[in-house]
Amino acid sequence: MENNWLPVNEGPRADALDKVTGKATYAAEHRVSNLAHGVFVCSTIAKGIIQSIDEAAALKAEGVIDIISYKNCPAIPGYAPQLADGTRNPKQWWGMKVLYDNQVRFYGQPIALVVAETLEQANAASLLLKITYQKESFETDFNLARKDPSKAKPPSTYSRGNASNYEQAAVKVEGEFTIPIEVHSPMELQATIAVWEAEDKLTVYDKTQGPKATQGAIARLFNIPDKNVRVIVDYVGGAFGNALRNWHNVPAACIAAKKINRPVKVILTRPQMFNLTGYRPQSWQQLKIGADATGKFVGIIHTAISNTSRYEEFREGIVNASRFLYACDYVDTNYRILPLDVSTPTWMRGPGEASGCFALESSIDQLSYVLNMDPVELRIKNFAEKNPESKLPWSSNYLKECYDKGRTLINWANRPQKPGSLQENGWLVGYGMANGVFGAGRSQASVRAILQANGNLVLQSAVSDMGPGTTTAMTKIASENLLLPLDKISFKLGDSELPPGPTQGGSTTTSTLGTAVYLACEALKKSLRTLAVENVPAFKNLDASTLVIKEGGVSASIDKEVFISNADLLKLGNKPFLEITQDSQGTSAMELKHATNSFSSHFVKVLVNPKTLKIKITEVVTTADAGKIISENTARSQMLGGVVGGIGMALFEELKFDHYTGAITNASFAGYQVPLHPDIPKTTVWFVNKPDPIINPIGAKGLGEIAFIGLAAAIANAVYNATGKRVRNLPITPEKLKEAKI
Amino acid sequence: MQKYCYNNGRRDFIRKASFSAALYAIPSLLVHAESVSLIAPTPAPKEKIKLSINGKEISAEVDTRITLLDFLREQLGYTGTKKGCGMGQCGACILHINGKRMNSCQTLAIHNNGKTIETVEGLANGDTLHPMQEAFIKCDAMQCGYCTPGQIMSGIACIRDGRANNRDEIQRYMAGNICRCGAYQNIVDAIAQVKESGKTV
Repeated sequence: MENNWLPVNEGPRADALDKVTGKATYAAEHRVSNLAHGVFVCSTIAKGIIQSIDEAAALKAEGVIDIISYKNCPAIPGYAPQLADGTRNPKQWWGMKVLYDNQVRFYGQPIALVVAETLEQANAASLLLKITYQKESFETDFNLARKDPSKAKPPSTYSRGNASNYEQAAVKVEGEFTIPIEVHSPMELQATIAVWEAEDKLTVYDKTQGPKATQGAIARLFNIPDKNVRVIVDYVGGAFGNALRNWHNVPAACIAAKKINRPVKVILTRPQMFNLTGYRPQSWQQLKIGADATGKFVGIIHTAISNTSRYEEFREGIVNASRFLYACDYVDTNYRILPLDVSTPTWMRGPGEASGCFALESSIDQLSYVLNMDPVELRIKNFAEKNPESKLPWSSNYLKECYDKGRTLINWANRPQKPGSLQENGWLVGYGMANGVFGAGRSQASVRAILQANGNLVLQSAVSDMGPGTTTAMTKIASENLLLPLDKISFKLGDSELPPGPTQGGSTTTSTLGTAVYLACEALKKSLRTLAVENVPAFKNLDASTLVIKEGGVSASIDKEVFISNADLLKLGNKPFLEITQDSQGTSAMELKHATNSFSSHFVKVLVNPKTLKIKITEVVTTADAGKIISENTARSQMLGGVVGGIGMALFEELKFDHYTGAITNASFAGYQVPLHPDIPKTTVWFVNKPDPIINPIGAKGLGEIAFIGLAAAIANAVYNATGKRVRNLPITPEKLKEAKI
Repeated sequence: MQKYCYNNGRRDFIRKASFSAALYAIPSLLVHAESVSLIAPTPAPKEKIKLSINGKEISAEVDTRITLLDFLREQLGYTGTKKGCGMGQCGACILHINGKRMNSCQTLAIHNNGKTIETVEGLANGDTLHPMQEAFIKCDAMQCGYCTPGQIMSGIACIRDGRANNRDEIQRYMAGNICRCGAYQNIVDAIAQVKESGKTV
């Protein structure tokens, strides 16, 4: 490799220094003068009408500046359902209009914002509001409501092949699966600081996965041009999907700041984070799968219901993987959403597929025991040579290599085919595996590349990074492309004034933004070659395309190698800097004539105590086909994080409601269990690391979702292998394991 | 009620101040009892405190209800210490008070008069990083970075307290530091490496 002197795939996370020294600045941490603090007062009923709000005592409290509710909220253009001419307002705020009307739609809905000089004063005054309600009947119990088919919305359906295939299957299994509400719960609290600089111009420091999307949303809210809204988001303290859209804190801070004519900061509390920033919807699934005597799948029937709110429809691809992950002629899916009097769910890591693959991969595991086949062999038997839904060939699919490596690394040979038959030190031992899959997309992005007089390269795009390491990956792409050392490259993000970049979500950032970086580097190389031919006497008669860009300069072999550094070249060309803004267009699977997906295969070893039924995950091997791995260091960390998330989904996470009041009863880290240090097993990460030849010029597919999708099923399958008991209702607890039937 | 709260000597005052601070810390989502309004002090008293933060002497007048965490972040602008829950449940706000680790959301600023506070901002000596910071970078013991300062401060305490003798012990000691991105394995690697290096923390 000609560039083996480069620290490609090595080196630390680009922003690690800021993060370990406390210099990384998150939304709520920006210093703004004359700042006021806003605190939400939330409803204590689940549904009804606010009859009265008595603010008298609170308004008299020390430091209180204003109390904003539907009673005194200024007219907001984006809140108006209709335009002046009576037609529907196309720029309406997406989502619930906070502080807008007297309707209570869910327990804990923000109904007033108390604004005071300090956080302590705002908190104290928020307790002084006297609110009366007219209650209405409500429904929050998903498992009760789903039994009445009339309550769910009409289904979206898909079918291919002949149903009789399934009817005549030699072997069939079927099961019902439930997954409770899981909440992203990133460590950073959702926060917004709004600063109006003029009547129609503001700067917003916000926790968002999409600076451009947030800019547009706020611009529409106040009916002002996009360019009048500047969104700054230097660092995002985790999000996992909960900052893909703008929640109540965004309009509330902007409205309050405008009303009191001072900057306002609104930070959600941890309990508020549990129902004011979305969550993975609760779901019920039924999965039926049939195979012939050799194990070949002959039918998959996947039915699902998941919850939404009463005021918005949220759907996800919960049944989608069943259509295309394996070869199967007959597939039938049916998905409905069920409105409840709760806040709206949203995309959470592995949206749809994480829930769907729990049902699919658990069912395939069950089928393997009925067939008395190794579950990996059963999956190999049903490997889809092309995408069975779109009929398009895969751009790449190295699942089989994942199987081979996963089996070796976890010591799969040690797995007992008969459940409950292996013990270690008095504990039952089980091995399980399951797959994950997610679409690998590539959308539109724009990147500015500035080669500075000193030869350093600055890349810019209006994106944000919630943790996977976007700046690290992007600088590495540029480093490889230009053969320029990493320490000469920086990536600036987190400002809506930079060239438009994508919202970070759906495992597309590296593919989308990375392609734009690649194209910007290609354009830069072209400019450098032209500049060199025009300005360097030794290169004068050379064909520009023969010049080599490397090691921070331009070189050509004439009699011997002639090299000029980029810095000298700029000086010679009399250019203070070289700047290129490069657009990269998105592309669909249809345009590519290929199905583009990332794949993962997770292998888990568990111990189960036969007396207490305590489950200990002792080892995880997680393997992925995510195309070329740009930054091994950060990609590995992302996979480790997916495993931790999967452990939470499988064993701990469940948001609970009191259906008598409609309130959430465990809205804190003491009540809502997440994986902690002692829950984490030894985890090994392995990547196929082969470039995808189709999806984009850099060969990288997505990683964030597949790191997580399938993990919960792999753990459930390992628990079955250890105990002979299959828990289909997450999370898997000792109590459920005790009650579980074979 | 108000008089009773603040005129019965310092010990009683602190007890009451802690009580009311705890009350205000309870999110309004959970509590909306009318009786609360009866004991809300208006205006709240202020106290002068002096403390050392990362070797710098700081004097300030503070609201008696403000936590050490919010005092650092909102009043002084020391935002290296993070707020993840405000309820002592996540460990993002862990720092050292007189050398001992503490969730800074669980102690009022006024209770730290005269004390020595060390935060993540004070670990590096100029450009020379603390061994724990170096190890966190080397092991990529972070993703989003929000829990990182708390993990680092806790990790240092783990070694100082002699609780880093093996991975199990480190995991148990660190159980109060949540990392939602899931950097746990790399964090334990980092702490174990510093311990093995024998470097002074």
